[in-house]
Amino acid sequence: MRPVDVIVQGVLVGGLYTLFATGLSLIFGVMRLVNLAHGDLIVLGAYMGIVTTQALGLSPFASLLVVVPAMAALGYALQRLLLNRTLGDDPLPPLLVTFGLSIVIQNALLEGFTADDRKLAIGSLATRSLALPGGIAVGWFPLIVLACAIAVIAGLQALLYRTAWGAALRATSDDPVTVRLMGVDQRHMYAMAMAVALAVCGVAGVLLACWTNVDPGAGPQRLLYGFEAVIIGGLGSLWGTLAGGLILGIAQAVGAAIDPAFQILAGHLAFLLVLLIAPRGLLPRMAA
Amino acid sequence: MSAPLLETRGLVAQYGDTGALFGVDLEAREAEIVALVGANGAGKTTLLRAVCGLLPVAPDQVRFDGAAVGGAPAHRLVALGMAMVPEGRRLFPSLSIEENLTLGGWSGRRGHWTLARVYELFPVLRERRTARPTTLSGGQQQMVAIGRALMANPRLLLCDEISLGLAPVVIRDVYAALGAIAAQGTTLLIVEQDVALAQRVASRLYCLRKGRVALSGASAALGRDDIRLAYFGM
Repeated sequence: MRPVDVIVQGVLVGGLYTLFATGLSLIFGVMRLVNLAHGDLIVLGAYMGIVTTQALGLSPFASLLVVVPAMAALGYALQRLLLNRTLGDDPLPPLLVTFGLSIVIQNALLEGFTADDRKLAIGSLATRSLALPGGIAVGWFPLIVLACAIAVIAGLQALLYRTAWGAALRATSDDPVTVRLMGVDQRHMYAMAMAVALAVCGVAGVLLACWTNVDPGAGPQRLLYGFEAVIIGGLGSLWGTLAGGLILGIAQAVGAAIDPAFQILAGHLAFLLVLLIAPRGLLPRMAA
Repeated sequence: MSAPLLETRGLVAQYGDTGALFGVDLEAREAEIVALVGANGAGKTTLLRAVCGLLPVAPDQVRFDGAAVGGAPAHRLVALGMAMVPEGRRLFPSLSIEENLTLGGWSGRRGHWTLARVYELFPVLRERRTARPTTLSGGQQQMVAIGRALMANPRLLLCDEISLGLAPVVIRDVYAALGAIAAQGTTLLIVEQDVALAQRVASRLYCLRKGRVALSGASAALGRDDIRLAYFGM
């Protein structure tokens, strides 16, 4: 493959990685919570999409109308009933609880859906492509995923920086005690942030199942890609997360072009390289 | 005489290592300015935090407008009409000045204070409204903290050490603003290190020592020596 083609394909898969990473980035940015169940929640979103398309006869894209609100509701309840109780000065309880949650989700999916891998059918969209000048073919579906990723990041950015609700969320992140003196219930804000994060997980999950096969154990690898994208881009920066996702995608594509066995490793090496050069990520949130 | 707007009865609370209260009785009436003085660690900040819902206390120990509100969550007390200018100002660094002010009105209480009125009170903030709080001078930051609390249209405004670290001329401006705020019928409970200033501004004064009320009374009626004795206990 030619270099330009490699980069283009990397950018496209980077869109998917960005969607994996967005929720992690938001949650870490707002409440310094590292959600180890994030990848499994994406896979849960994928299975929700699979169930919805089968039970209601919807197309995968229409299933988002069900999956996204359901995941958002789950996120609110999860934060309000469970994760809010783990937040405090000690970073260990949230790690332990979300790690446990990860195992619970994986095993529940295994019980409910067996270990067989599943996929969402998107018909001819899977094979249709757009011919770019220079003989490069770009798949329509990956292009839609990339557009979704950019739209999600831009939408969240607008939500955080252009609305009163976003200002309240940033203030909660700055100082969760003082924000209560403004009449803001910080537990509610955290739960709303988790609702938004899991709504994005729902989108990521459904698109993942359209892209490739998923099985109940597919979560941890998505968590890893998401993490790497967040760290590469810089913690707490949404545009950084997009950049991180794209860089990870490109690194993997370049690795695969050199040797197909080198694909995953190349992504990890790019991640380590960024940590070495810029430990705070490429676009760290400006120091307050 | 009407019931006090704020009343604490036998208030017991603990904050940090030094700030503890051992049964404090205090009241503030409608449109009154009450000052709280005392040495470091006497429990002044603890008292404000206990009143505004940041510390766990028994319901009966804090009454606001006749209702037992002790231990109610802070965000609910804001909706009832209690706002605080916290010690050290505690502005939100990732929000602009205007966002900081607007967030103060989150509870949606309507009343005299709007963004425009706050800018009238502190015109310099209008010029700096897109700036970040860290780029402002100490006095300007204090104005933001006061304006932010006013945006909640409080019936009771708690002010913790608002003169701390400010130049005398700035302190004069800030206290002039407090006069304008009180003129709107807002009750003020202020913690102030400077006893003479507290005496001048407030109609009544409480002196705390080691978590107890050592002295209280009308500001004008209290002599310097009485206060010094209550302040230091010697």
